[in-house]
Amino acid sequence: MMIYLLTMVLFGVGIYGVLRQRNLIKMILGIIIAEHAVLLFFILVGYRLNGRAPILSPDAPITNMVDPLPQALVLTAIVIGLGTTALLIALAMRLYGKYGTYDIAKIRELRG
Amino acid sequence: MNQSAFLIPWFVVVPLAAAFVNSLIGGRIRGLPALLACLTTFSLLGLSLVATQFVRINTTLVYHVGGWKPPIGIAMVLDGFTVFMLVTVNLVAFAIAVYATDYMERYTSKAMFYSLLLLMLSGMNGVIVAGDLFNLFVFLEIAAVASYALVAFGTERHELEAAFKYAVMGTVGSLFILLGIVFLYSVTSTLNMADMSLMLAGQRDHNLILMVSVLFLMGFGLKAALVPFHAWLPDAHPSAPAPISAMLSGVLIKTLGVYALCRIFYNVIGFTPMLSAILMFLGTLSMVVGVLLAMGQRDLKRLLAYSSISQVGYVFLGIGLGTPLGIVGGVFHLFNHSVSKSLLFLNSGAVEYATGTRDLKVLGGLREKMPITGATSFLASMSIAGIPPFGGFWSKLLIIIAAVQAGYLGYALWAVIVSVLTLALFVTVFKDVFLGEPQHVWQGVKEVPGRMQVSMIVLALLSMVSGLLLLPDVKEAFLRPATAIFLEGTHYAQVILGDI
Repeated sequence: MMIYLLTMVLFGVGIYGVLRQRNLIKMILGIIIAEHAVLLFFILVGYRLNGRAPILSPDAPITNMVDPLPQALVLTAIVIGLGTTALLIALAMRLYGKYGTYDIAKIRELRG
Repeated sequence: MNQSAFLIPWFVVVPLAAAFVNSLIGGRIRGLPALLACLTTFSLLGLSLVATQFVRINTTLVYHVGGWKPPIGIAMVLDGFTVFMLVTVNLVAFAIAVYATDYMERYTSKAMFYSLLLLMLSGMNGVIVAGDLFNLFVFLEIAAVASYALVAFGTERHELEAAFKYAVMGTVGSLFILLGIVFLYSVTSTLNMADMSLMLAGQRDHNLILMVSVLFLMGFGLKAALVPFHAWLPDAHPSAPAPISAMLSGVLIKTLGVYALCRIFYNVIGFTPMLSAILMFLGTLSMVVGVLLAMGQRDLKRLLAYSSISQVGYVFLGIGLGTPLGIVGGVFHLFNHSVSKSLLFLNSGAVEYATGTRDLKVLGGLREKMPITGATSFLASMSIAGIPPFGGFWSKLLIIIAAVQAGYLGYALWAVIVSVLTLALFVTVFKDVFLGEPQHVWQGVKEVPGRMQVSMIVLALLSMVSGLLLLPDVKEAFLRPATAIFLEGTHYAQVILGDI
């Protein structure tokens, strides 16, 4: 149980980073942390205690395998996260080129 | 599997392939990207109109990807609501692709632009046809990432800032959605939406469903710009090039937000009175806050973006009521708003194209210089403001009647008040931009090029006659199957799995 809660704590750390940090790069890091917390949680959902790799072979009994589906999905989600992170970093770099700073408080010409 | 189900994957494959070809060779051959985008969106519009023929009430087509049958394989589903959304999205996309052929002449790297536009379109079509929760997430991310890049397309200070804000908020929203999907997977051990709905009906772990509902409400609420989560929209939508603003406000927030939310809450988790109360409250809040914030704006596109928040509120109010009439009203308003708000954004793009500004205080007296833009803008404003006989009037009327019938007089009253405020808002906007003395500065202004005019005229005609969709015969073919999906609720599962 503890380990599930720890991933949620990690998620909270990431969201805190997104909300409270003023540096663009640190905000992006917050997103990465939160995303990996979700992915870790997903892997844990598929894990069985003392489970083995889900490989079918004639001599091994089909018991106590970990669930392979979350692993496949997490791979997909990692790729999506890579794309999003790359885009965010590219945007942050272009913003640095325009404003000369990564400080979000100084890049506030638009107001929601 | 029904033979006509082979139609379904084309909605995703065609724009994806066109985006690929475009980014590969589009930059080398002049005019190819625009032509390819127009042909693709036109064929998608044709396909979605063909698809309306296959779907009546209680007929659903399911495509099994790779021949694996659900619940193991991936399913793509074509039912009434799907077809309705496909027609709406591809119709707007076609008008925008035609418009962009002239508008984007002033930008560089058109091949990139059309590639991103087609990627966004394929993501949206994918979200609409997905019968599987993880696929829905993947397609949602494709559409969202393409839209972040498109908002930043101008790469000026404001565009980059808005895009960064939008990308951060959008990514956090997606994380909440993914977390919700993980929780659902942990109790049901399946990702197929139909199968998941059956599993959830078997075991009601209320706390978990409550938590998942909150996560989805936050995630999809962010995508749909419901009011507590709306802060990114008024920055992001005006910063994009005009055709993209039209696409974002017209269909993207509705596909990723409204459609996905409704699909999951109505067909997978099951609709509850509590959810109805939350959706109606948030919808009304969005309606009121959106229109009040729009009042004070000087920037034409920013004003339209705030008005989008307000109009999406109407859709949520109608759908949240949960009565057949309310749902018809909500779904119909979704269509009307897609057409007329896209048109207004295209108009604002035309004004900016001709004059170089979109500041309401500076503009004025453009009616004689730009007759087509002025006339179409008038029609769209009247449709959004809800003047009979335009489509927007009928959908708002249905929502208000439904609210009164269900006994929510307070919400009905707010809907009427917001409608009056919207009318006042758009009359002011029209007066500021098109009426008044033709100012000296705008003497040299010319009407925009032909293809921009054509696409605006087509959308204006549609917003004028869309009230005809309520005629009995037409309603049976288009609106009724869409609302039937809401009303069948979690019976959805039997329909999908029974088709095996």
